[in-house]
Amino acid sequence: MKLIIAIIQPHKLEEVKEELYKADVNLITVSEVLGHGRQMGVTEIYRGAKETGNLLRKIRLEIAVNENFVEPTIKAITKGAKTGETGDGKIFILDLKECIRIRTEEKGSVAIG
Amino acid sequence: MVNAADTVFVLFATTLVMLMTPGLAFFYGGMVRRKNILSVLMQCFILLCLLSIQWFLFGYSLSFAPGKGFWGGLSWFGLNGVGLEPYADYAGTIPHQAFMIFQAMFAIITPALIIGAFAERMKFSAFLVFTLLWATFVYDPLCHWVWGAGGWLKSLGVLDFAGGIVVHASAGIAALVTTIMIGKRKNLEHTPAPHNLPLVVLGTGLLWFGWFGFNAGSALAANGLAVSTFVVTNAAAASAGLTWAILEWIRNGKPTVFGIVTGSIAGLATITPASGFVTVNSALIIGMLASILCFIGVAVIKPKFGYDDSLDAFGVHGIGGIFGTLATGLFASRAVNAAGADGLFLGNPKQFLIQLFGVSVAVGYTLIVTFIIYKFVDIFFGMRVKEKEELIGLDLTQHRERAYTILE
Repeated sequence: MKLIIAIIQPHKLEEVKEELYKADVNLITVSEVLGHGRQMGVTEIYRGAKETGNLLRKIRLEIAVNENFVEPTIKAITKGAKTGETGDGKIFILDLKECIRIRTEEKGSVAIG
Repeated sequence: MVNAADTVFVLFATTLVMLMTPGLAFFYGGMVRRKNILSVLMQCFILLCLLSIQWFLFGYSLSFAPGKGFWGGLSWFGLNGVGLEPYADYAGTIPHQAFMIFQAMFAIITPALIIGAFAERMKFSAFLVFTLLWATFVYDPLCHWVWGAGGWLKSLGVLDFAGGIVVHASAGIAALVTTIMIGKRKNLEHTPAPHNLPLVVLGTGLLWFGWFGFNAGSALAANGLAVSTFVVTNAAAASAGLTWAILEWIRNGKPTVFGIVTGSIAGLATITPASGFVTVNSALIIGMLASILCFIGVAVIKPKFGYDDSLDAFGVHGIGGIFGTLATGLFASRAVNAAGADGLFLGNPKQFLIQLFGVSVAVGYTLIVTFIIYKFVDIFFGMRVKEKEELIGLDLTQHRERAYTILE
């Protein structure tokens, strides 16, 4: 089991979701985050005071999958989120130790889907 | 002779109409995505500043200085000759400047209405040049033709009590032209949901409140006509809001908040030209028809033709303003306002034809001149922001601010 974390552009969320549905990946958690990588943010100015450390809005996806879904999930996210510009985001893949479905208390790969 | 009650009434109405522009800002601002709300608030607010000054300097003169020509000319440049004595051609019982400042608020909100058509993608500098030119070359002449002393549409007998032609049809048509010329917003495979509907409702509340000043204030005196206009305005807004909710209930299964406020605004825009000429019963019918027509405009025509009128400035104000002007020709009654005329339903089909002619001229003129102004500004300034700026949002890229923080 793997936990896939992806940081993407906010306006690409709908496309990524669509690609994930097509790949039969339905379990997804979305949160709103701030960040920047190589694409720096925009300097903000409030009543003349410049604010640096400027972060841009991003979307963070968390998707837990079984091994055979890792590649399709990566492909779906990439297809939905890629523009070729800086700021497209990143995908991180982590080993997932355990997964428990609260309703039935099932554990492991049956609990993921 | 200056009448104190009339003067207080018109100044009070002026403050009501002034509040409509910030109200419109919230009405529109809640509808855009959250990365763009400040840009909409800024566009509305700067028009309060910019067009106030345009109006004092030459806008009022071009619109209202007496003359039979294309517009009023510059004889009242810088408010020269616009004093505290009444000017009988417009309002015989209030200081001339009271009439001037009341009209200033109309001149400000009309270009602001167009913002809904090109929201989320126009460059701020280009926006300023475009609206200044539009106010001068579209609003001021139309205002003169319909309301100015010696205006040719006024002389023909065109009835427009508070701005169906001058305000809503002109802004609505300009909205249609600009939305088509600027093109769709990027990455809009999915229509974005309004980012803050409570703000839209707040804006609608302020607009409805302000509209009493807009319409009833146009009686320019604290009299029976003002009261009748006030009541008629409320009736149309109520009827239209209710109709839209019912339409949605039937068509989509649920009535929505966004729907009922859109309907109310459609009713208010539509009743504007008729408000000082029709009975309450007529207003109920006009409000109902306004919602049906604007509903078709927004939910059927727009998707069919595929233009991206972001916030339905044409679908609500354009359709409402045109229909309201025609409805005036159908429902007007001299029993309500002896200075008006009877409409088609009271046996005077000629009035309907006059209204049809008046609104057609305004639509044609607005179409052509808006097109020219847009082209001109686009060539010299570039109307649209860069794609990257559009994706990040206009708040950050045009104003270096953001409306909402996620972190502290």
